[in-house]
Amino acid sequence: MVLSSLSDSGVATDPSVPRLRMARVAKSFGATQALRGVTLEVAPGEVHTLIGENGAGKSTLMKILSGAYRADEGTIELDGEPFVPRGPLHARDSGIAMIYQELNLVPDLTVEENIMLGEEPRRWGVIQIQKLRSRARAALDQLEHAEVGLSTPVYQLGIAEQQLVEIARALIRQPRVLIMDEPTSSLTQVDVERLFLVIERLKAQGVSVIYISHFLEECQRVCDRYTVLRDGASVGSGELASASLDQIIRLMVGREMKAIYPRIEHALGEPVLSCRDLRGRNKPKSVSLTLRRGEIYGIAGLVGAGRTETLRTCFGLDAVRGGVIEVGQEVRTRTTPRERLRQGVGLLSENRKEEGLLLNQSIADNLTLTRFEPFSRGGFISRSRQVAVTQEWIEKLGVRTAGPGQLIGELSGGNQQKVAIGRLLHHDASVLLFDEPTRGIDVGSKAQVYRLIGELAAEGKAILFVSSYLPELLGVCDTIGVMCRGVLQEARPVSEWNEPDILAVAVGQEENH
Amino acid sequence: MSRTSLPLPSDRKKIIRQNTGDVTDKHSRTRRSVLWRWANTLGPLFGLALVTGLFALSEELRPIFFTGGNAKLILTQTVIVAIGALGMTLVIVGGGIDLSAGSVVALTSVVAASLLVQSVPPVLVFFLTVLTGALIGLINGSVITLLRMMPFIVTLGMMGIARGSAKWLGNNQTVNPEANGLNRIMEPENPLELFPLPTGVWIAVFLAIVTMMVMRHTVFGRYVFAIGSNEDTARLCGIPVQRQKILIYTLAGMFFGIAGVMQYSRLTQGDPTVAIGLELEIIAAVVIGGASLNGGSGSIMGTMIGALIMAVLKSGSSQMNWPTYMQEIIIGVVIILAVALDRFRQSKMDR
Repeated sequence: MVLSSLSDSGVATDPSVPRLRMARVAKSFGATQALRGVTLEVAPGEVHTLIGENGAGKSTLMKILSGAYRADEGTIELDGEPFVPRGPLHARDSGIAMIYQELNLVPDLTVEENIMLGEEPRRWGVIQIQKLRSRARAALDQLEHAEVGLSTPVYQLGIAEQQLVEIARALIRQPRVLIMDEPTSSLTQVDVERLFLVIERLKAQGVSVIYISHFLEECQRVCDRYTVLRDGASVGSGELASASLDQIIRLMVGREMKAIYPRIEHALGEPVLSCRDLRGRNKPKSVSLTLRRGEIYGIAGLVGAGRTETLRTCFGLDAVRGGVIEVGQEVRTRTTPRERLRQGVGLLSENRKEEGLLLNQSIADNLTLTRFEPFSRGGFISRSRQVAVTQEWIEKLGVRTAGPGQLIGELSGGNQQKVAIGRLLHHDASVLLFDEPTRGIDVGSKAQVYRLIGELAAEGKAILFVSSYLPELLGVCDTIGVMCRGVLQEARPVSEWNEPDILAVAVGQEENH
Repeated sequence: MSRTSLPLPSDRKKIIRQNTGDVTDKHSRTRRSVLWRWANTLGPLFGLALVTGLFALSEELRPIFFTGGNAKLILTQTVIVAIGALGMTLVIVGGGIDLSAGSVVALTSVVAASLLVQSVPPVLVFFLTVLTGALIGLINGSVITLLRMMPFIVTLGMMGIARGSAKWLGNNQTVNPEANGLNRIMEPENPLELFPLPTGVWIAVFLAIVTMMVMRHTVFGRYVFAIGSNEDTARLCGIPVQRQKILIYTLAGMFFGIAGVMQYSRLTQGDPTVAIGLELEIIAAVVIGGASLNGGSGSIMGTMIGALIMAVLKSGSSQMNWPTYMQEIIIGVVIILAVALDRFRQSKMDR
């Protein structure tokens, strides 16, 4: 159906003309150059994988293609014709379809209503049910998944079926290029296989697919060609069949370690936090680790590997389904954040704005929220002493602010993060769970955070450090463990790791072969 | 695909914008924000002055409006809304809402009257009435937190339950006890002079000061702001969110119970059909006072001024002989104006 309609509308299907060609695409946000000259070429009916580390620019590139952002420089051609997406609607109407990592379905509407959402056939404003149903059916048939009930509400479907609905919805608009962003991240192995069959069919129908996934071995199975992005530039592309995983990983990493990681001498002491076979509701599936006094323990892994969930489970925010957590000498597995804080465990949320801070409250309140005791008596707070204590932290941490009374939402990201860390320091937590502590802050602040982490370890605090940015883990940590699909795979001293090895474990290369 | 689900780049954009802005205009922005924070406190006061000033424009009104006796009348009329609004401020700053306030005032006023009919000593009546209010608040808070229900729904239900119970308790009639000490709380002794003010006014002032101290200077007060500002953060920081929320609604119920005693005292009878729509007047006072229904912001001072603004408007318009529908329209406009100003201020701060 797609094929026929494509030729109906007179679009060239000559295989020598690329379906999509993006050349020298550049994009910057303020002072940050997100993309600096990316070239991407996809043939009709080709499945092309876009590979790169977190922050390499894949999402930005795809957002430019799908019209969410406008490129600063460079050209895009669709089937040989220049294409400048004026916006998401224009891109969609031009045949660019995108399926996001998180599905965008309306749970209470039925499958057919979701598939046809925004494209309802209508006459005098009334939806023509029969027509709607037959077109939805046609789209699902095209995926050869006729078993999905058209009138089932979407919330009753499993993740994999929801994804099918999403793909069917994209097919309604007869896409020329279908972008799939991490389509397998929440699928089971069986569903992944079924998705691959769907991709094969789309391919046979002449649809070009851009497939983004962290799981390289998946890409090898389903994709024809690859393009690797690194630091906003395309650094290599070719046939997947003739490339080894090692080669690709080297292309992804390929940078020098920078000297912004101060090494501050610190000694390791007795264990302060240990987990044995910890299991959460969904993730983590199995985590065993021992964190010592004075240790900086890094947890590497891909987005969705279960690192954040591990920290949250340790902190009592997420439910524990199995295993044991021991803090100091105290075995206490199922507990609350309040209890953990009492034990001297603190969590720095990866999500500063949504969870980490009270954006419309003052710096003083944010910084001292977990421990008012030093300046309160019988439940009454001495505001002047609270302000004085806050002022001390502001100076110690180098927070740039008008004063302790300023609302935290008015600070820059780096300064907000310093206050969030300051809260844990004011609480005098001895076990610090840091989730992406340098996310979204500028380089200068990052270096300050690294130094601070080193100093804290030297003071004898223990730090569990989750990060998606490998250089900082390698630069700061004593020990690094790698998570893959909910399991903490292995931990080694940092000297025994390098980036390609970590990536290899993170993408599950060893596990699957 | 109306919603983008890749938050990172747009997030980053925002942060970058903040970072670059930080260097150049940090100072001016800070100064501006301090200014706006002052506007936060002064706004309602300015509103009160404006409203009073408008009535002063009328030649014929001035001699009767600006008298001690009228001020006493306005203050006395504010008491019930003001005390209810103290509880409502706690709830709203804590990120919730309590629609049962009016019905609880009616119910507790009937409870007070019924107890007095049974010749219970007035002091004990006062405590039992307040306890009734607290108990209803406890039920509200418990259902909201333990069953994870929307405060709007739960208190909407309680609005009906309390109103029905009041009618049941009063046998669908007013309850009229003998003259007693509670009757005198709201009694203006010398209607033409400002002083002595009725005890009820002093009770309201005292409660306002205590609540203000609690909100500003206690751990509990800071927790209320934290929970209303972001419940996830509050949980992350080890605040016992559920317990605190139950406490908030219980305290609010207690205030509504006190307002119920005042209501009784004003009528010297328990009337189950009184105070219909009072909850909206109370919420209006809190909102005019600068609190956000999103939680996390608001002040007792603002709320009290908000309550006064409404009382002045009512008193002024009735003395101008404007029909009541005119008062209703004016108060409606004032509510919208106050919140519009608040929005405007917030958007300034977000920049």
